[in-house]
Amino acid sequence: MANKRKKVSGDAITIAKMQSTLRYQIRKNRVSYVMLAPYFILFFLFTVLPVLTSIFFSFTDFNVLEMPEFVGWKNYIKLLLEDDIFLVSLKNTLLFAVITGPISYMLCLLFAWIINEFKGKLRAFLTLIFYAPSISGNAYVVWNLILTGDRYGYLNGLLLKYEIINEAILWMRTEKYILPVLMIVQLWLSLGTGFLAFIAGLQTIDNTLYEAAAIDGVKNRWQELWFVTLPAMKPQLMFGAVMQITQSFAVADISINLAGNPSVNYAGATVVTHLLDYGGTRFEMGYASAIATILFLLMVGTNKIVQKALRRVGE
Amino acid sequence: MRKRVIVDYSDRKWVPFWMRAKETRLNRSKAGNGLLFGLMFICGIFMALPLVMVVNNALKPLDELFQYPPKIFVRNPTMENFTDLFVLMSDTWVPFSRYIINTIIITLGGMVGHVLCASLAAYPLAKHRFPGRDLLFNMVILSMMFSWTVTQIPQYLIISLMGINNTYLALILPAWSFGMGLYLMKQFMEQLPDSLMESAKIDGAGEFSIFWRIVMPNVKPAWLTLAIFQFQYMWGNTGGTFLRDEELKPLQFALQQIVQGGAARAGAGAAVTFVIAAVPITFFLVAQSNIMETMTTSGMKE
Repeated sequence: MANKRKKVSGDAITIAKMQSTLRYQIRKNRVSYVMLAPYFILFFLFTVLPVLTSIFFSFTDFNVLEMPEFVGWKNYIKLLLEDDIFLVSLKNTLLFAVITGPISYMLCLLFAWIINEFKGKLRAFLTLIFYAPSISGNAYVVWNLILTGDRYGYLNGLLLKYEIINEAILWMRTEKYILPVLMIVQLWLSLGTGFLAFIAGLQTIDNTLYEAAAIDGVKNRWQELWFVTLPAMKPQLMFGAVMQITQSFAVADISINLAGNPSVNYAGATVVTHLLDYGGTRFEMGYASAIATILFLLMVGTNKIVQKALRRVGE
Repeated sequence: MRKRVIVDYSDRKWVPFWMRAKETRLNRSKAGNGLLFGLMFICGIFMALPLVMVVNNALKPLDELFQYPPKIFVRNPTMENFTDLFVLMSDTWVPFSRYIINTIIITLGGMVGHVLCASLAAYPLAKHRFPGRDLLFNMVILSMMFSWTVTQIPQYLIISLMGINNTYLALILPAWSFGMGLYLMKQFMEQLPDSLMESAKIDGAGEFSIFWRIVMPNVKPAWLTLAIFQFQYMWGNTGGTFLRDEELKPLQFALQQIVQGGAARAGAGAAVTFVIAAVPITFFLVAQSNIMETMTTSGMKE
């Protein structure tokens, strides 16, 4: 609003005058600022300030005990050129982002779309079944039982019984299985807030839109999905994308609890497990901050790009 | 509100019985229904199975937990694991009730503070026009685009500098300023009609009393949702690096210790996993309709 006012009046008023109107605006709305204060003071303290300090620390050598020492780009150069494990973990995180991110996004949409065909209690029940894993805390440790490496494991037991395999597979100790299995568990966990937003968004679409589309010649549900449903729920699609992308870049706990940290040959390492390793175990805070900064840029950058792309749905 | 479309069912015997309601959608083919509901069924089993296992394992006697070949469903259900859990609980170094009290303080503190701070800030963002409004809200959206791990290290240092390390506040205060709560609350408040507030203003009510007496009662689904989401987060928190004293640690920490007891505690461990999962799921179940109502306004406008 203030910006608009500036634009409208344009060169008609001097800068001094503009400042006085701005000051007037602020004084007029002081109650609003008082209401904002408690939240935003904490927000600056625990979110904005940490992001800025993290960027600052990433250019220093810092072990918490001594004062940080400025080292320029050293941490970044070491990360990208010398730290092979970082490159592995970066590759894994990008794989999570590129594979589980879009798949879980599509699944959220698909299941929400199907659930939307049901009514009442059944719909509430189905919502619960698909949403429950994401809020079940660390109940995913039950996958440890499924994936146990000997014949006592549920998956091995099943595969042995039907003679699909001849001997038990060490799922979480074999390099080539670790990442795909973690991806499946991550998918299981990933139908969260975005999923709820999709179900809710589908409910708000006005039925007259569908009727009008049917008259205009939309023949089946697939056309209906593409021409009516998706454009109508664009705001939810954008919100869901933020949720799913951020989540898929942050995979760490399941890797640590199922594959271990470090995992066999770092096959399950992600940028966050690497960050925890340096920040939590080795206390190389400067280096860990550089990892955090790269992760920050990756997450925000991807989100911004996807938001831009989603704005064009239905155009 | 959704309008009803009355469809003649005489040629649509394929419509499954649960969908033969008074209203249905147009343009649904038999093959499409079969394909989608079949897919839904298979995926539903995949989603539900691990949690079904959690429930069954909690009820299995010890010999069934180590049975070969492993069975998903329990044959002789028993409450043994839960009684074992209670025995372990009564035997901790710090009285177990202490962990429960800690969890109540941390969860309630984080929940109430967050709902109040976020609602109070969401109201002017949704309904007032003032300089800096879009900037502040965009910063909150930006904060939803990265996870908390990014800010972990400096956050720890800031909490230490504030002198609240190793107190409940170290967990409670940062939780008050989560971005998602403010975002959902602001989106929900935006749909309140302005006339609601204007008439109160004419009657001479101040902004704070409008907020408390008119806005808050009208956004009950939203603050219930915020409370549940916040509860889910606080419930899963083990205290991590912030709480060092055993007397301050939350229930989650004590429960995780029991799970890590290995094979000897497999029974109690299974009971713990059940408790950890069941509590947030129950809360969701109770508040589901309110949460869904809040999520209808969650979309991002340009």
